[in-house]
Amino acid sequence: MKILLVDDSRTIRNIQKNTLATMGHTDVLEAADGMEALSVLTAQRPDLVLMDWNMPKMDGITLVRKIRENDKTLPLIMVTTEAEKARVMEALKAGVNNYVVKPFTAETLSEKIDQTMSKAGAAAGTS
Amino acid sequence: MDVRFINPFISAIKNVFGTMVQTEVSIGRPMIRTDELRSADVSGVIGLSGDVTGAVVLSFPGKVASKLASRFAGVELDVGQEDFSDAVGELTNMVAGNAKKDFGGLSVSISLPSVIVGAGHQVSQSSSSPQLVIPCQTPLGPFNVEVAMVVHKKSEAKPEPASPERVGATT
Repeated sequence: MKILLVDDSRTIRNIQKNTLATMGHTDVLEAADGMEALSVLTAQRPDLVLMDWNMPKMDGITLVRKIRENDKTLPLIMVTTEAEKARVMEALKAGVNNYVVKPFTAETLSEKIDQTMSKAGAAAGTS
Repeated sequence: MDVRFINPFISAIKNVFGTMVQTEVSIGRPMIRTDELRSADVSGVIGLSGDVTGAVVLSFPGKVASKLASRFAGVELDVGQEDFSDAVGELTNMVAGNAKKDFGGLSVSISLPSVIVGAGHQVSQSSSSPQLVIPCQTPLGPFNVEVAMVVHKKSEAKPEPASPERVGATT
């Protein structure tokens, strides 16, 4: 499974990569902002995207909307400090499949990834 | 600054450092800064805007920042290393972001973090709002969280009030 990590903090991307490695996922792409992520996505389609909300150049919510203009099914998880209900609702409305609030444990992140991918798999199976 | 916003920051500090740095934080008596600025070696700064304006500053002695950042990142990070500022900025981001969710329904945006590195530097904030200092102690050393903010709109559900006796003044 190929996973794109989008976060302006390399520390967070490394923490996420470590969690993914423990889950057996080592095929990881990285981007430091929404613009860079869109550039990566024009070249290849990952199986899952994890994105931060607050980033320079293009934020995560804009990235979600841009992705959903062309791709309604790519699984997206927002991983962010933005924890207010209104922000969560805004992200879900924009098209994220799941939401993880920072700070997060490795267990929480892996649970949300598993949950998202199994729902995406079930949806693909019924379509 | 409205002292009722102290508790969201205390919860956020404990949550962020407990979860991401695996270290317990003992919170000292929050104080209003009343005189000259304190100095620090490393400061992470986040601006607040929207229904609240102001800034949140995490200030560390250099060695403490290095130990906390290393524990957070899972690799040794010395002050001045490329990823050191990134780690300090992200911890600051998480404390501010985590605190604002408990601002009683106020709509608040946070800026991208800035990190200042330099022995004995000072971060001055607007004098329009008293600056609150929350002293923090960890097994890896002490640091301060400094908050200066002005609320422009009444919150829908007011945050839990802090005990008045827990707020003092520092010199």
